[in-house]
Amino acid sequence: MEKKGFKAWLYLLPAFLFLGVFMIYPLIDVFIYSFEEGYNFASQTFLGVGTYNYSYVLHDPYFLQALKNTFILVVITVPLSTGLALLISVMLSSIKPLRELYQTVFFLPYVTNTLAVGLVFMILFKKTAYSEGMINLLLHLFGAPSVDFIDGPYWAKMFVLCFYTVWVVMPFKILILTSALASVNPVYYNAARVDGTSRFRIFYKITLPMISPMLFYLIITGFIGAFKAYNDAVALFGVNLNAAQMNTLVGYIYDMLYGNSGGYPSYASAAAILLFTVVLTITCINLLVSRKHVHY
Amino acid sequence: MGNHTDYEKIEKAARTRTIIRNIVIYSLLTVWGILVLFPFYWMLLTSVKDYGAYNAEYIPKFFTLSPTLQNYVDAFTTVSLGRYLFNTLIFTLITTGLMLFVITLAAFAFARLEFRGKNLVFTLFLSLMMIPNELVVITNFVTITNAGMRNTFAGLILPSVTSVFYIYLLKENFAQIPDELYYAAKVDGTPDFRYLTKVMLPICRPTLITIVILKVIECWNSYVWPRLITDNPDYYLVSNGIQEIRENGFGRENIPAMMAAVVVISVPLIVLFLVFRKKIMEGVARGGTKG
Amino acid sequence: MKIVFEHLTKRFPNRNKKIHEDVIAVDDFDFTVPDGKLVGLLGPSGCGKSTALNLISGLLMPTSGKLYFGDDDVTKLPPEHRGVGLVFQSYALYPHLTVQKNIMFPLENLRGADRLTKAEMEERALAAAKLVQIEELMSRKPSELSGGQQQRVAIARALVKMPKVLLLDEPLSNLDARLRLQTREEIRRIQKQTKITTIFVTHDQEEAMSICDMIVVMKNGRIHQIGKPQEVYDTPSNLFVAKFLGTPPINVFHGTVKGGRLYLGDDAVLETKNVPDQDVYVGIRPEGFLPKEDGPMHCVHERTEVMGRDVSILASHPAALTDTIRAIIDAESRTATDCTTVNFALRPTKVHLFHKDTEERICF
Repeated sequence: MEKKGFKAWLYLLPAFLFLGVFMIYPLIDVFIYSFEEGYNFASQTFLGVGTYNYSYVLHDPYFLQALKNTFILVVITVPLSTGLALLISVMLSSIKPLRELYQTVFFLPYVTNTLAVGLVFMILFKKTAYSEGMINLLLHLFGAPSVDFIDGPYWAKMFVLCFYTVWVVMPFKILILTSALASVNPVYYNAARVDGTSRFRIFYKITLPMISPMLFYLIITGFIGAFKAYNDAVALFGVNLNAAQMNTLVGYIYDMLYGNSGGYPSYASAAAILLFTVVLTITCINLLVSRKHVHY
Repeated sequence: MGNHTDYEKIEKAARTRTIIRNIVIYSLLTVWGILVLFPFYWMLLTSVKDYGAYNAEYIPKFFTLSPTLQNYVDAFTTVSLGRYLFNTLIFTLITTGLMLFVITLAAFAFARLEFRGKNLVFTLFLSLMMIPNELVVITNFVTITNAGMRNTFAGLILPSVTSVFYIYLLKENFAQIPDELYYAAKVDGTPDFRYLTKVMLPICRPTLITIVILKVIECWNSYVWPRLITDNPDYYLVSNGIQEIRENGFGRENIPAMMAAVVVISVPLIVLFLVFRKKIMEGVARGGTKG
Repeated sequence: MKIVFEHLTKRFPNRNKKIHEDVIAVDDFDFTVPDGKLVGLLGPSGCGKSTALNLISGLLMPTSGKLYFGDDDVTKLPPEHRGVGLVFQSYALYPHLTVQKNIMFPLENLRGADRLTKAEMEERALAAAKLVQIEELMSRKPSELSGGQQQRVAIARALVKMPKVLLLDEPLSNLDARLRLQTREEIRRIQKQTKITTIFVTHDQEEAMSICDMIVVMKNGRIHQIGKPQEVYDTPSNLFVAKFLGTPPINVFHGTVKGGRLYLGDDAVLETKNVPDQDVYVGIRPEGFLPKEDGPMHCVHERTEVMGRDVSILASHPAALTDTIRAIIDAESRTATDCTTVNFALRPTKVHLFHKDTEERICF
């Protein structure tokens, strides 16, 4: 038995080594960093211990901007993408011909490089001295004046960011919801139809409760994902997000590290912990709400 | 008999409703399909537009009559796109390979072997799934920098190797294999490791393939960590490469060449997807996340 | 409400894509279910019973033919307008709703002039629940009920909207043997009480025989016989029906009619006037054997099973299709059981002759 236990640990050793160095140690360390005031990366020294890092971050206009952007992004994209995905999945499940084709097409954004396709979106929305850009062409069709969505007003930039974010997260949600819908036993639909239930009522009274666990899973992961938005913003607006007023919380954390000579890990840590706290709080609220409404 | 006509009316109304509903559904689905595909079309289209012609279009055109491959040549010669692709390939292969090794051993230990405190360790282990990457990236950055591994493959790869989630996924799959098989193998004198490689891994191949596919997608698209750890273009991955191109690659204005680079970067995964469509979609439905 | 089938046919494309020929699940149904009767649709699994039921409910559309409820052509009417109550084999109770909500579900669908107030709905749900005797379970969820209780809820849900037709799809197959007996009586009672035309699908002939006013025996999509249970049992129209009905099953022999006599092997067992000379299949019900010292049918005695009132004699006969034949006799008429041979006389009404090729019954 002794020998067997030893062998098991041997099998676990590589995983523990990697996790210990790159996950558990950093997890402890990030808290330490966040309380070390005036940490200097080059000399690896710090002046004292306290909450100054937090107060600095909370008073940093860039952080507040990032916080605002992230909240707007979350509040807009999570309900929008989930609702849209639900609509599309329901429509997908109700057709037979061409269904696989649609499913394949809808899934494509999942397998693309967010940065690369983001560039395409930038081209589509951008207005330069030489070209109006594709989207502005459409706006002209409806008689609207052209807008530079990439370097223009704040709302325009936010619109593109939300649009692209929804475009990127849809495939996953559609896929999850279509498989959730497919797993509902068709006998319930038959029973409801024989009883003369309208389509809307079938959806509202039967389908929705039955897929509610998956729906809440998507909402929770959607919130978490949206709070961590970063790549989409970089793809659209470039690395200097602060200048573009389009930074996100995660972007703020990384920008703190990119700074000269190793950046400011202390500020980054404080910001990361703040982000984690927000996400954790929202997730807990979500779980509490879902306990009330999920039927299984 | 009055009922008779009533029924006919109901039948007709029901038929009309079905037809209208189908038209609406197909139209809406097609609209979304166009929204999804249009960026891809635009990227392909722009990538074959002549540089001069593109810049001359004040109002962009939806097609081109004189496609050119010059932009692809530019994409590979002006910036080291080939280098980025190669780096990404190396990064993806080594990371995925190492990860498979590490998670297989760990999942095997959790699923099959007995040791003291297994449940406690596994619970602690699962709780690690809650930890967001953003929280640990900072220290990892400091660790790698202090170890002098910036701008090395080791620095790129090592922190990306383990995934608690994949260990969990594989362990669950391992645990489904009936115990009898293990005892039968034991009776035949099969050592544990041989049992793992000859019995468990073949049985769990679908899960392994799922994990590999998900990890490959993740690697191919990883941006944040490579960007932190590399500032030497020789070690850029495609995501960083594309960002570099965006910032100052083709002098900002050579958009057709930029799009050619985007096409080159996007094609491998799309081809992979079209070939393994079913497997990938199943795998993502079972265990994928994004964001 | 009577239900009229007029050459109703349903074909499916073959599941095996290499075979292009369609599967005919329901083949030319042409009969009438009288108003207010309990009709059993009976046949081995895969014979198209459930398809037939789904054609009536409207969940499937027929390939050809017509279906009438009363005088109304409902062939193409969508299920939601047919006003049928359907009890599914798996009950299909909504797992997230309580028993009461499940029963009220069909009522909440009513719109326009039929719309009910909440109080009316609750009242009707309670009445339906009382009918199936589950009124004390109203606030439970389906997962907290036993199989039999779920079954009752399903029936209550089907009845609450006062359907013109009640359809039951293998309603007893998920219950254990005791409950099955009890529930089938219950179904009979409810049907008698409500007088709703009811169609009941089952593969269990005993079930159908015991409670139905009329049974429809089908195989491979075709109707083999329609009639009152006892009639069908007593005068099966062909060998399949004879074999399908009755437990223990009918004993089948190779026989020959020669000169007005029926021969089983060398034994001339019965007078068969008016039957031309030919080879036949002979079906003899287990209760058709009378043990008799000088009986014309000579069998090798194998063993005797005593089960309560009845005694079964298991024997073998060279002309039988099976290794052993079973005769059920009264305990009183039991003879010495240790003999190696046993002789039987036959009750003519329990003996059926079937044509060798068509397997149709030959009257004699």
